[in-house]
Amino acid sequence: MATATEMGTNERFLTEAAFARIFEVLESQGFTVVGPTIDQEAIVYDRIRSVDDLPRGWTDEQAPGQYRLQRRDDEALFGYVVGPHSWKRFLFPPQATVSKADKTETGWQFQAVEPEPAKFAFLGVRACELAAIRVQDRVFMPGPYVDPIYQQRRDNALLIAVNCTQAARTCFCTSMETGPKCTSGYDLALTEIANGFIIEAATAEGAEILSALESDDASIQQRQAGQTARQQAVDQIERRMDTTDIRDLFLSNLEHPRWDDVASRCLSCTNCTMVCPTCFCSSVEEVSDLTGDHVERQRQWDSCFNVDFSYMNGGNVRDNTRSRYRQWLTHKLASWIDQFGSSGCVGCGRCITWCPVGIDLTEEVAAIRGDAT
Amino acid sequence: MSDGYASRMPTPEAAARPWQTHTVAIRDVRREVEGVSTYDLAFLDDTVREAYRFAPGQFNMLYLPGAGEIAISVSDDPRNTEAYGHTIRVAGNVTRTLAGLGVGETLGLRGPFGTSWPLSECIGRDVVIVCGGIGLAPLRPAICTLLQDRQQFGRLNLLYGARSSDTLLFEREYDDWSRQGMDVQTTVDRSSPGWLGNVGVVTLLLDQLPSFDPHNTVLMCCGPEVMMKFTVMAALNSGLSEQQIWVSMERNMQCAVGLCGHCQLGPTFICKDGPVFRYDKIAPFIDVEGL
Repeated sequence: MATATEMGTNERFLTEAAFARIFEVLESQGFTVVGPTIDQEAIVYDRIRSVDDLPRGWTDEQAPGQYRLQRRDDEALFGYVVGPHSWKRFLFPPQATVSKADKTETGWQFQAVEPEPAKFAFLGVRACELAAIRVQDRVFMPGPYVDPIYQQRRDNALLIAVNCTQAARTCFCTSMETGPKCTSGYDLALTEIANGFIIEAATAEGAEILSALESDDASIQQRQAGQTARQQAVDQIERRMDTTDIRDLFLSNLEHPRWDDVASRCLSCTNCTMVCPTCFCSSVEEVSDLTGDHVERQRQWDSCFNVDFSYMNGGNVRDNTRSRYRQWLTHKLASWIDQFGSSGCVGCGRCITWCPVGIDLTEEVAAIRGDAT
Repeated sequence: MSDGYASRMPTPEAAARPWQTHTVAIRDVRREVEGVSTYDLAFLDDTVREAYRFAPGQFNMLYLPGAGEIAISVSDDPRNTEAYGHTIRVAGNVTRTLAGLGVGETLGLRGPFGTSWPLSECIGRDVVIVCGGIGLAPLRPAICTLLQDRQQFGRLNLLYGARSSDTLLFEREYDDWSRQGMDVQTTVDRSSPGWLGNVGVVTLLLDQLPSFDPHNTVLMCCGPEVMMKFTVMAALNSGLSEQQIWVSMERNMQCAVGLCGHCQLGPTFICKDGPVFRYDKIAPFIDVEGL
């Protein structure tokens, strides 16, 4: 078992066979393991039960408005970047019942719904996603009001990170200073190399999992292989976003002509907000039984691109695509800093890939910056 | 400075359960003007009733199961702790459903939420309250408090504009308010037979207001956004600074606790950073169309 002084600095080597046992170790400790798996021609995050559920030998080709799975020429388990899902789907579920109302003889009775106990182990969390979880922690947990569902799930979650060893054309984590190397916020971190993994534990919980697996001290060659693999991801990142003074840039350019330009391309489809690992907007719907005496309030993900999102007094404040796109990007990159002390963007590139018309926020930023002086 | 006027913050128990709604019963319904009624709501649970306090300007979420939830400012005197008045205009699905309820029927209430009027800043100063239409309702608790602690404040002025003389809210109380030391002036957009008062926008009253010291005044404003915009312009013209002006804003408030994202205006969440803002905090954003 790793001691405290070894944590975070002690790189161990796991063979793939030793790694495969992590599923039973996690399940024996009561964790529901969630990780990457292939569904509907994409790598998504779902319940996985063994190493066979991982997308072995697959990679993803990404570009603005494009996502394709491709066969790799090796049997790598984590040889891709991020897909349409993010971990927010498990920490901030797309649909959840938040309260119930029942009509009784003395009138309506109300009950806030206690979150169902959930204990997730997230396997394969990338550096940008660790950053996204940190961002949502600051949205949902500092108070004064906290989101009970998020907090319950977050407090119990075990984060097993995977260092990227390649980048997609849409990645720009280096600009947002969120990756590609995992530096904090995880329990265990893996780097995939030939025939196995470099693994290190950063918490006592992670060390306990690691101690249950058969690992060796990583050799100098293995450490170097890990370093080389991680550097490959750094070298492949070609997309950039200049974040200098970005808060003031956006808040002083609310009437920039570029908003009209992007509005002419944007379909207001909400894809970017659904795939974004930090977007947190939601709405509550009334779900009643046929008598109307038993009503549940169901919270669902919502999007600032939906036309009635800003509905008030018989009208919508943001009644056109220009105002909705401006709200999204200005919130993400600028006013988020006022609200939560950091950017709402982690540079994962999902909104670029999954935009049906390939709108690239890094280009929008550059355009506003270019004309802004 | 007194802190007895400060916004009520949630208890740790309430903060951990933002969706907990409490049952309230309608104790009284008073028709105010066409389409606007005040509902006095009383908690059924003694513990909840004893714990509940609000500060003038704060709002509650009223919940009608099946119809939905709406944000409504408390319009009552904060000293009334048995039942809390909420003055509501029928405007949409939830308010229409509420209008169909009578005395004794129950609904849900979460709150109070949001920021309150800066009454402690008003101590020793002149106070000008400028309201339009139903915007008088969120200021009524502040008026009650100013008049209750009348000697703490300087000259008190209420400037109130309504569409017509038959839509003047709380009209039966104006004489009481005047007797207790607040100068009440009204104006209407459209005159009607028998109306002998002012006609025109409420900012005209502000332009003509003789009895206040612009350097030692707090101005509080609530009404349609365009009305607040022109009130602020008039106030700045008469020598007030943005730091002396407070406005109550409205947006689509759904969760009321800053978690759902709907009510943003620039960097602010109207539900938790507002609804009452010192004007300089939102000045860069209030005028941007569609923000």
